Amino acid sequence: MFHIFCPHCGEYREEEEFHAKGEAHIARPLDPDACSDEEWGEFLYFRKNPRGIHHELWVHAAGCRKFFNITRNTQTYEILEVYKLGETPSVVAE
Amino acid sequence: MSDVNNEALEQAPIKLVMNQLPAIDVPFESPLHHVELAKIAEHGESQGGVVFRELSLGLLTLRCTPNAEQATSIEAILGVALPSKPLTSVSSASGELTVMWISPDEWLLQVPQDKAFELETRFFAEVGGHYSLVNVSGGNTVFELSGEDVVKVLKKSTPIDFHDSEFPVGKVVSSVFAKSGATICRTAEQSYQLVVRRSFADYLWLWLQDASKEYGLTVTC
Repeated sequence: MFHIFCPHCGEYREEEEFHAKGEAHIARPLDPDACSDEEWGEFLYFRKNPRGIHHELWVHAAGCRKFFNITRNTQTYEILEVYKLGETPSVVAE
Repeated sequence: MSDVNNEALEQAPIKLVMNQLPAIDVPFESPLHHVELAKIAEHGESQGGVVFRELSLGLLTLRCTPNAEQATSIEAILGVALPSKPLTSVSSASGELTVMWISPDEWLLQVPQDKAFELETRFFAEVGGHYSLVNVSGGNTVFELSGEDVVKVLKKSTPIDFHDSEFPVGKVVSSVFAKSGATICRTAEQSYQLVVRRSFADYLWLWLQDASKEYGLTVTC
């Protein structure tokens, strides 16, 4: 089980209250009509699956129902950082 | 041609608020009406370690990111400022109104059932700008759990830490509760309020009976 710090509630809660929402920082193309099929396909379907540091989007589903990002090591499961949407992560893969 | 004057409507937007209590003589039906809590209160156990009571309260969900002007007018209506500190609640001096922090832009207002409509009407008359206020009394119900073994029952139901240092009086959390969810507020040393979904009321009542069996459950009205 993860023990996750919710940056909106300001305290640690059990993983049970959260849902993982996949990779973070996926920007929707500003002009979808001008996208090539490949670009749109990349945006919709293709995700990173790194071994090591990964930025993920999570939602505090049973609590404040707000979204936030987690930087997590997929190998050790260690949560390295929690930050709100729009903020820049300080821990990044080299 | 329609004889509705669109110009007048646009100039003074009308916010329609419906009183969810149609008349004094129309009884409010609790989601636990089939349980007949009054009969259990009369004939059931009286020395239980856990005391259960269902409260009929008016509940309003306020969503906004108040600007200075809105904050002032909201405080004027409520008599207290919206708690901005996460997981806290405030009550008015009379104790009639409680405001619970739910999320950074959401609060739950608790008032006596017959005051909800009045509060809602005042809000739309006096608070301007962008916000949403919805009467959610009909979709939720409030359980009050108290007694010396209340924390033991809560611990069986949710992963929240109920130690005094972590969960002081006035704290409010939303979390999973049994296989459902609840907003839990500590109202006194040994008293907790659970705001639960109406459709889960029966399930949670059965759950709480089972969870408090070993301590004894007293029902009051």
